[in-house]
Amino acid sequence: MNLQNETRNDVVIIYVKEERLDAHNSSELKSAVQKLFEDGKKNVLVDLRDVRFIDSSGLGALVSGFKNAISHQGNLKLSSLQSQVKSMFELTRLHRVFEIFPSTSEAIDNFQ
Amino acid sequence: MAGNSIEFDIKVPNKTRYLSLIGKIGEDIARELDRYGGDRDTLAYHLNLVLTEAMVNAIKHAGPNEPEKLVRIVISIISDEMTIRVYDDGQGFDINEIPPPNFDELEDRGRGIFLIRSLMDSVCYWKSHRENVLEMKKKLI
Repeated sequence: MNLQNETRNDVVIIYVKEERLDAHNSSELKSAVQKLFEDGKKNVLVDLRDVRFIDSSGLGALVSGFKNAISHQGNLKLSSLQSQVKSMFELTRLHRVFEIFPSTSEAIDNFQ
Repeated sequence: MAGNSIEFDIKVPNKTRYLSLIGKIGEDIARELDRYGGDRDTLAYHLNLVLTEAMVNAIKHAGPNEPEKLVRIVISIISDEMTIRVYDDGQGFDINEIPPPNFDELEDRGRGIFLIRSLMDSVCYWKSHRENVLEMKKKLI
Protein backbone atom coordinates (compact mmCIF):
# COMPACT_ATOMS: atom_id res chain seq x y z
CA MET A 1 0.00 0.00 0.00
CA ASN A 2 1.28 3.44 -0.90
CA LEU A 3 1.14 5.79 2.09
CA GLN A 4 3.04 9.08 2.17
CA ASN A 5 3.71 10.90 5.42
CA GLU A 6 4.34 14.58 5.96
CA THR A 7 4.57 16.49 9.24
CA ARG A 8 3.20 20.03 9.34
CA ASN A 9 2.66 22.09 12.50
CA ASP A 10 3.04 19.01 14.69
CA VAL A 11 0.40 17.14 12.70
CA VAL A 12 1.35 13.93 10.89
CA ILE A 13 -0.50 13.80 7.58
CA ILE A 14 -0.91 10.39 5.98
CA TYR A 15 -1.75 10.67 2.29
CA VAL A 16 -3.40 7.43 1.16
CA LYS A 17 -2.08 7.18 -2.39
CA GLU A 18 -4.46 4.44 -3.48
CA GLU A 19 -7.66 4.42 -5.54
CA ARG A 20 -9.21 1.80 -3.27
CA LEU A 21 -9.17 1.45 0.50
CA ASP A 22 -10.60 -2.02 0.95
CA ALA A 23 -10.20 -5.43 2.59
CA HIS A 24 -7.05 -6.01 0.53
CA ASN A 25 -5.02 -3.08 1.83
CA SER A 26 -6.78 -1.42 4.78
CA SER A 27 -4.91 -3.40 7.46
CA GLU A 28 -1.71 -1.62 6.39
CA LEU A 29 -3.29 1.78 7.05
CA LYS A 30 -4.59 0.51 10.37
CA SER A 31 -1.07 -0.60 11.40
CA ALA A 32 0.53 2.64 10.19
CA VAL A 33 -1.87 4.77 12.27
CA GLN A 34 -1.46 2.52 15.30
CA LYS A 35 2.33 2.84 15.08
CA LEU A 36 2.17 6.65 14.99
CA PHE A 37 0.16 6.80 18.21
CA GLU A 38 2.36 4.17 19.86
CA ASP A 39 5.39 6.27 18.91
CA GLY A 40 3.90 9.18 20.84
CA LYS A 41 2.37 11.24 18.03
CA LYS A 42 -0.77 13.03 19.15
CA ASN A 43 -2.21 14.55 15.98
CA VAL A 44 -2.83 12.46 12.87
CA LEU A 45 -4.63 13.56 9.72
CA VAL A 46 -5.60 10.96 7.12
CA ASP A 47 -5.98 12.59 3.72
CA LEU A 48 -8.14 10.60 1.31
CA ARG A 49 -7.98 12.79 -1.83
CA ASP A 50 -6.80 9.92 -4.03
CA VAL A 51 -9.25 7.36 -2.64
CA ARG A 52 -12.12 6.83 -5.06
CA PHE A 53 -13.56 3.76 -3.30
CA ILE A 54 -13.87 2.65 0.31
CA ASP A 55 -15.51 -0.52 1.65
CA SER A 56 -16.49 -1.62 5.18
CA SER A 57 -12.93 -2.79 5.90
CA GLY A 58 -11.54 0.60 4.92
CA LEU A 59 -14.08 2.32 7.18
CA GLY A 60 -13.17 -0.16 9.92
CA ALA A 61 -9.46 0.67 9.64
CA LEU A 62 -10.26 4.36 10.15
CA VAL A 63 -12.55 3.56 13.11
CA SER A 64 -9.70 1.55 14.59
CA GLY A 65 -7.39 4.55 14.14
CA PHE A 66 -9.94 6.84 15.77
CA LYS A 67 -10.17 4.54 18.80
CA ASN A 68 -6.37 4.35 18.94
CA ALA A 69 -6.27 8.15 19.03
CA ILE A 70 -8.69 8.26 21.96
CA SER A 71 -6.78 5.64 23.94
CA HIS A 72 -3.55 7.65 23.48
CA GLN A 73 -5.19 11.01 24.24
CA GLY A 74 -4.61 12.01 20.63
CA ASN A 75 -6.67 13.15 17.65
CA LEU A 76 -7.39 11.57 14.29
CA LYS A 77 -9.15 13.64 11.64
CA LEU A 78 -9.91 13.18 7.96
CA SER A 79 -9.62 15.46 4.94
CA SER A 80 -10.29 15.70 1.20
CA LEU A 81 -12.95 13.01 0.84
CA GLN A 82 -14.38 12.42 -2.63
CA SER A 83 -18.16 12.72 -2.67
CA GLN A 84 -18.93 9.02 -3.04
CA VAL A 85 -16.48 8.12 -0.30
CA LYS A 86 -18.13 10.71 1.94
CA SER A 87 -21.53 9.20 1.21
CA MET A 88 -20.31 5.89 2.70
CA PHE A 89 -19.50 7.71 5.95
CA GLU A 90 -23.02 9.14 5.91
CA LEU A 91 -24.65 5.79 5.18
CA THR A 92 -22.86 4.19 8.14
CA ARG A 93 -23.37 7.33 10.34
CA LEU A 94 -19.59 7.63 10.72
CA HIS A 95 -19.73 11.28 9.59
CA ARG A 96 -21.00 11.96 13.12
CA VAL A 97 -17.91 10.33 14.61
CA PHE A 98 -15.08 11.77 12.51
CA GLU A 99 -14.14 15.38 12.04
CA ILE A 100 -14.01 15.66 8.26
CA PHE A 101 -12.50 18.69 6.47
CA PRO A 102 -12.70 19.69 2.82
CA SER A 103 -8.94 20.31 2.57
CA THR A 104 -5.68 19.40 4.27
CA SER A 105 -5.00 23.01 5.28
CA GLU A 106 -8.42 23.49 6.89
CA ALA A 107 -7.86 20.31 8.90
CA ILE A 108 -4.37 21.43 9.98
CA ASP A 109 -5.78 24.76 11.18
CA ASN A 110 -8.38 22.90 13.22
CA PHE A 111 -5.74 20.95 15.14
CA GLN A 112 -4.26 24.17 16.53
CA MET B 1 -25.88 -3.89 -23.39
CA ALA B 2 -28.65 -4.90 -25.78
CA GLY B 3 -32.04 -5.50 -24.22
CA ASN B 4 -30.55 -5.47 -20.73
CA SER B 5 -30.54 -9.30 -20.67
CA ILE B 6 -27.19 -10.82 -19.93
CA GLU B 7 -25.37 -13.19 -17.58
CA PHE B 8 -21.80 -13.24 -16.33
CA ASP B 9 -20.45 -16.34 -14.61
CA ILE B 10 -17.09 -15.55 -13.03
CA LYS B 11 -14.68 -17.66 -10.99
CA VAL B 12 -11.74 -16.01 -9.26
CA PRO B 13 -9.25 -17.22 -6.66
CA ASN B 14 -10.48 -16.46 -3.14
CA LYS B 15 -7.86 -13.78 -2.60
CA THR B 16 -8.50 -10.16 -1.69
CA ARG B 17 -6.18 -9.02 -4.49
CA TYR B 18 -9.01 -9.80 -6.92
CA LEU B 19 -11.52 -7.51 -5.20
CA SER B 20 -10.74 -4.56 -7.44
CA LEU B 21 -11.17 -6.69 -10.56
CA ILE B 22 -14.61 -7.91 -9.46
CA GLY B 23 -15.63 -4.42 -8.35
CA LYS B 24 -14.58 -3.03 -11.72
CA ILE B 25 -16.86 -5.50 -13.50
CA GLY B 26 -19.78 -4.10 -11.47
CA GLU B 27 -18.80 -0.55 -12.42
CA ASP B 28 -18.56 -1.42 -16.10
CA ILE B 29 -21.98 -3.08 -16.04
CA ALA B 30 -23.52 0.07 -14.52
CA ARG B 31 -22.06 2.18 -17.31
CA GLU B 32 -23.08 -0.20 -20.10
CA LEU B 33 -26.75 -0.69 -19.23
CA ASP B 34 -29.07 0.21 -22.09
CA ARG B 35 -31.80 1.66 -19.97
CA TYR B 36 -31.18 3.20 -16.60
CA GLY B 37 -32.78 6.39 -15.36
CA GLY B 38 -30.69 6.88 -12.22
CA ASP B 39 -27.22 8.24 -11.69
CA ARG B 40 -24.77 5.80 -13.27
CA ASP B 41 -21.76 6.88 -11.23
CA THR B 42 -23.68 6.18 -8.02
CA LEU B 43 -24.90 2.82 -9.34
CA ALA B 44 -21.32 2.00 -10.41
CA TYR B 45 -20.05 2.68 -6.89
CA HIS B 46 -22.86 0.70 -5.30
CA LEU B 47 -22.31 -2.37 -7.52
CA ASN B 48 -18.56 -2.15 -6.92
CA LEU B 49 -19.24 -2.06 -3.19
CA VAL B 50 -21.77 -4.90 -2.94
CA LEU B 51 -19.57 -7.15 -5.10
CA THR B 52 -16.54 -6.28 -2.96
CA GLU B 53 -18.38 -6.90 0.31
CA ALA B 54 -19.95 -10.14 -0.92
CA MET B 55 -16.63 -11.47 -2.17
CA VAL B 56 -14.90 -10.62 1.12
CA ASN B 57 -17.71 -12.48 2.85
CA ALA B 58 -17.16 -15.52 0.63
CA ILE B 59 -13.39 -15.42 1.26
CA LYS B 60 -13.99 -15.33 5.02
CA HIS B 61 -16.28 -18.33 4.89
CA ALA B 62 -14.34 -20.42 2.40
CA GLY B 63 -13.18 -23.85 3.49
CA PRO B 64 -10.04 -23.50 5.63
CA ASN B 65 -8.17 -26.53 4.34
CA GLU B 66 -8.10 -25.65 0.70
CA PRO B 67 -6.55 -22.24 0.25
CA GLU B 68 -6.60 -22.47 -3.53
CA LYS B 69 -10.38 -22.34 -3.68
CA LEU B 70 -12.33 -20.22 -6.12
CA VAL B 71 -15.15 -17.79 -5.45
CA ARG B 72 -17.94 -18.02 -8.00
CA ILE B 73 -19.96 -14.94 -8.80
CA VAL B 74 -22.94 -14.98 -11.15
CA ILE B 75 -24.40 -11.65 -12.24
CA SER B 76 -27.56 -11.76 -14.31
CA ILE B 77 -29.75 -9.01 -15.64
CA ILE B 78 -33.16 -9.90 -16.95
CA SER B 79 -35.30 -7.02 -18.06
CA ASP B 80 -34.79 -4.39 -15.37
CA GLU B 81 -33.76 -6.68 -12.51
CA MET B 82 -30.22 -7.52 -11.55
CA THR B 83 -29.44 -10.65 -9.52
CA ILE B 84 -26.00 -11.26 -8.05
CA ARG B 85 -25.21 -14.65 -6.53
CA VAL B 86 -21.96 -15.30 -4.70
CA TYR B 87 -21.09 -18.92 -3.88
CA ASP B 88 -18.84 -20.12 -1.09
CA ASP B 89 -18.20 -23.59 0.30
CA GLY B 90 -17.43 -22.70 3.89
CA GLN B 91 -19.35 -23.08 7.11
CA GLY B 92 -21.90 -20.51 6.08
CA PHE B 93 -23.90 -18.29 8.34
CA ASP B 94 -27.43 -17.01 8.63
CA ILE B 95 -27.48 -13.35 7.64
CA ASN B 96 -30.79 -12.97 9.43
CA GLU B 97 -28.90 -13.49 12.69
CA ILE B 98 -26.49 -10.66 11.95
CA PRO B 99 -27.69 -7.59 13.83
CA PRO B 100 -27.54 -4.16 12.21
CA PRO B 101 -24.57 -2.14 13.40
CA ASN B 102 -25.04 -0.37 16.70
CA PHE B 103 -24.38 3.21 15.61
CA ASP B 104 -23.62 4.26 19.18
CA GLU B 105 -20.82 1.71 19.54
CA LEU B 106 -17.64 2.22 17.57
CA GLU B 107 -16.85 -1.22 16.21
CA ASP B 108 -14.11 -1.88 13.66
CA ARG B 109 -16.20 -4.54 11.96
CA GLY B 110 -19.76 -5.48 11.14
CA ARG B 111 -20.77 -2.99 8.44
CA GLY B 112 -20.44 -5.20 5.33
CA ILE B 113 -23.83 -6.92 5.37
CA PHE B 114 -25.45 -3.66 6.49
CA LEU B 115 -24.04 -1.91 3.40
CA ILE B 116 -25.26 -4.70 1.12
CA ARG B 117 -28.74 -4.56 2.67
CA SER B 118 -28.80 -0.78 2.36
CA LEU B 119 -27.89 -0.73 -1.32
CA MET B 120 -29.79 -3.75 -2.67
CA ASP B 121 -33.55 -4.35 -2.73
CA SER B 122 -33.40 -7.86 -1.29
CA VAL B 123 -30.70 -10.05 0.21
CA CYS B 124 -30.86 -13.70 1.22
CA TYR B 125 -28.45 -16.49 2.00
CA TRP B 126 -29.04 -20.18 1.87
CA LYS B 127 -27.16 -23.44 2.14
CA SER B 128 -27.37 -26.25 -0.33
CA HIS B 129 -25.64 -29.60 0.19
CA ARG B 130 -22.42 -28.41 -1.45
CA GLU B 131 -22.25 -24.68 -1.02
CA ASN B 132 -23.71 -21.49 0.37
CA VAL B 133 -25.22 -18.79 -1.77
CA LEU B 134 -25.57 -15.09 -1.03
CA GLU B 135 -28.22 -13.71 -3.37
CA MET B 136 -28.80 -9.99 -3.87
CA LYS B 137 -31.39 -8.40 -6.12
CA LYS B 138 -31.88 -4.87 -7.35
CA LYS B 139 -34.28 -3.21 -9.75
CA LEU B 140 -32.38 -1.17 -12.30
CA ILE B 141 -34.81 1.65 -12.99
